[in-house]
Amino acid sequence: MPGSLLDALWLVPALPLAGFVLNGALALTRPGAKRAVSLIGVGVLLLAFAAAAGAVVAFARLPGGEPVVQRYWEWLPVGDLQVHFALQLDRLSAVMILVVTGVGALIHLFSVGYMHDDPGYARYFAYLNLFVFFMLMLVLGASFPVMFVGWEGVGLCSYLLIGFWFNEQINADAGKKAFIVNRIGDVGFLVAMFLLFRATGSLDFGDVFSRAAGTFPPGGALITAITLFLFLGCTGKSAQIPLYTWLPDAMQGPTPVSALIHAATMVTAGVYLVARCGVLFALAPVASAVVAGVGALTALFAATIALKQWDIKRVLAYSTISQLGYMFLGVGTGAHAAGIFHLATHSFFKALLFLGAGSVIHAMHHAYHATHAHDDAQDMRNMGGLRHQLPWTASLMWIATLAISGLPPLAGFFSKDEILSAAFAQGAVRPIWYAFWAMGIAAALLTAFYMTRLMLYTFHGANRTGEGARAHLHEAPWVMTGPLVALGGLTLAGGALNVSPLFGGGTWLHRWLEPVTAAADRLQPAVELSRATEWALVLGAVAVAALGIVGALRLLKPEALVPARLAPPETGLGRVLWKKWYVDELYDAVLVRPVMWLSREVLWKVVDARLVDGLLVNGSAVASRALGWVGSRLQTGEVGFYVVLFVIGVLAVLGAAVR
Amino acid sequence: MSGSVIIFWAFAGLAIGSAVFCITRRSPVASALWLVVTLFSLAALFVVLDAQFIAVLQVLVYAGAIMVLFLFVIMLLNLGRQAATDIKGPLGLAVGVALAGVLGFQLGVLRVAGPPAAILLPPDAMARAAAEQGMVGSVARPLFDAYLVPFEITSVLLLAAIVGAVVLAKRRL
Amino acid sequence: MLLGPALLVSAVLFALGVAGVLLRRNAIVIFMCVELMLNAVNLTFVALAQRLGVAGQVFVFFVMAVAAAEAAVGLAIILAIYRHRQTLNLQNINLLKG
Repeated sequence: MPGSLLDALWLVPALPLAGFVLNGALALTRPGAKRAVSLIGVGVLLLAFAAAAGAVVAFARLPGGEPVVQRYWEWLPVGDLQVHFALQLDRLSAVMILVVTGVGALIHLFSVGYMHDDPGYARYFAYLNLFVFFMLMLVLGASFPVMFVGWEGVGLCSYLLIGFWFNEQINADAGKKAFIVNRIGDVGFLVAMFLLFRATGSLDFGDVFSRAAGTFPPGGALITAITLFLFLGCTGKSAQIPLYTWLPDAMQGPTPVSALIHAATMVTAGVYLVARCGVLFALAPVASAVVAGVGALTALFAATIALKQWDIKRVLAYSTISQLGYMFLGVGTGAHAAGIFHLATHSFFKALLFLGAGSVIHAMHHAYHATHAHDDAQDMRNMGGLRHQLPWTASLMWIATLAISGLPPLAGFFSKDEILSAAFAQGAVRPIWYAFWAMGIAAALLTAFYMTRLMLYTFHGANRTGEGARAHLHEAPWVMTGPLVALGGLTLAGGALNVSPLFGGGTWLHRWLEPVTAAADRLQPAVELSRATEWALVLGAVAVAALGIVGALRLLKPEALVPARLAPPETGLGRVLWKKWYVDELYDAVLVRPVMWLSREVLWKVVDARLVDGLLVNGSAVASRALGWVGSRLQTGEVGFYVVLFVIGVLAVLGAAVR
Repeated sequence: MSGSVIIFWAFAGLAIGSAVFCITRRSPVASALWLVVTLFSLAALFVVLDAQFIAVLQVLVYAGAIMVLFLFVIMLLNLGRQAATDIKGPLGLAVGVALAGVLGFQLGVLRVAGPPAAILLPPDAMARAAAEQGMVGSVARPLFDAYLVPFEITSVLLLAAIVGAVVLAKRRL
Repeated sequence: MLLGPALLVSAVLFALGVAGVLLRRNAIVIFMCVELMLNAVNLTFVALAQRLGVAGQVFVFFVMAVAAAEAAVGLAIILAIYRHRQTLNLQNINLLKG
């Protein structure tokens, strides 16, 4: 019965929405009902995963791999613009919904343990369910506007969840920052939508992409503008230069949120969008180069910052930005399958890393809580030697570290290698890609280095937590380690999705995505590399990764570290990296302060206080008082005078009749 | 020029002339008496315009009852003496005359915007109806037929007016 | 056939009534001028009734009834005012001023 399972496609987003409604109601009425909240929150995700799997299996049995579009109702019938509320399942969104619901379900499960003692438990799960709903709308939407609903929705949920502990100013500020920076990108998305509608007369994916080749001349100014605006949206959502600054701050939210939103799902929306609009980007070589270039630059830039961060989650945040850069390098190169492949594998090992970090922070937090210490539970300088207390977490995170570094046969090796090979191959056509490839390789070296550094400082060397707290460190309950183990399995095996023929694989994901990427591939043919070159590239990448790991093991001395409150200040280049290249300070000086000044000195003190309040509000009051004064002078109490006015009025009315 | 036209213009002139006297005499008594003359002239015009029954009512109700009431009140209040301030000064005079002149001009112009010819009855329709149904009957039939409800409500109005007048005019409420 | 002249006379009488109201200060005379305006309208009704049906005369009947009621109440009010203020000069009666 493939048909019926596909007909139930609406269940996939509807279940998390129902979870949001139910958990939201519980959060308002009975916030203490944790058992019910966990059951609903995790249950809807598991059911959604089941529904998604069913739909994908049914879809896979259909011949041809044509997209299945389910139209539900007319949403925006405005003149020429006919937008249906429609969901589209094709091979790309199939991958996405499985990742979103699958990884999402594991993270929900983890949250049951992580957030157990939080007073906002029900609210947390309501937001989390809502987020998954919007993310599914984003990947399942059959047109740009429906996708935009999800696009905005995940931005909203991101804001809600980053600022989840909003009674601390820094958390609320981080939420605001994420929201506002995302808005800047969303403007790009909107403008791109307007331009697309003007040019093609439709906003449905099917129509736009089939008309694109006939509408836009390759390399034309219009298509370049459209794709660049789309990419502006992607840089906001997917934290690329120049709009990446919100993501590190987003680490103020609960750690599972960081895993779900800022590693596995939401930030991949930009990659998904570029892959989805592959045809458009293939028509605009300049925009593709910008995408790949920004991706490569971001990968390298974020990796340098990650070298010197002490907050365990911030290292992972910059690592996420860096890995997203790889994905953009992939999709910008035209290797959509490779980009999506890295998206999937990254969601496995980055979720694992974040949840592992969550497990560590959970343990640290409990230890400090028990001893009433006020040290930073996320600072790696306060950790050290945790592998004795958290053996499961330590070994699983090592797997993820090796995966993200790109060592075979782990998931990250295959996907990262494919992207770098594609970039190198593209260099034969457009030499600038050699530079991108070089940046990617350099970033790979740094990735291996900073990840090993994180592991070393966290799990090895002597323990720096403090005498009293050490006794309270312990492994998390099974609801937290269980998802870790599952993600660890995925990290180990995920590479099998798309093993290249080099290793005797069949590039299964590549062929699966073929119907989606075919149109773009025709416009931007992949460049074939010789076997020898490929082997050289693979071995070079592995050597670089190994060099990074070994270098870190040799150069870093975890024994020399002291707890955070005793640590000396950073100096030299280390300080620059620790301060994140002073980009936040730069934005603050160039953008934030001028805008604040404009708002305060001009918009508030002049426009609002003087113009609106003074002239319009008080002015209208003065005007009506003056009119009232005139009116009261007219009221003499003399009947004769009234009669004169009355007659004048009658004359006016009659005059209008007589004319 | 037929006789009725001569009579019409004669009484029209009388009505206008006496109305002018009515509004210009300083003494309220004189004004009231000139108004009576106007009302009588109007009754005559009603006759010329084939409304004999209304003409009779005019004499009975207006010239008779209402004006007597006016004169009665004037005398009761001893207003026979003319007051110097009874008519407005030069400014009020100019304003009043100007406004009234414009109004009269406008109404005079409106006269041509009469009813469309299609719905007009033949000129002698009223006279024929009076001959067929009797002068009173031709008015009474619609009054007690189509306008019965307003007619009955008029009686309530008059009753209310009587009660109101008594209440207002009583020395102590 | 006398419709036009009758309407003209009516217009003149009405304007005279308005002039009276505007010119005079004595409440009772103003009241009489209002009666004059009512009668001008009555003349219009009667003139038009000639060509538009007897309903116009029925209207005159109603106007007379209303005028009678109005006269009764109005004169009662004038009596009450005079008793209160000892004058009917509207210049001295400005209770309408708030």
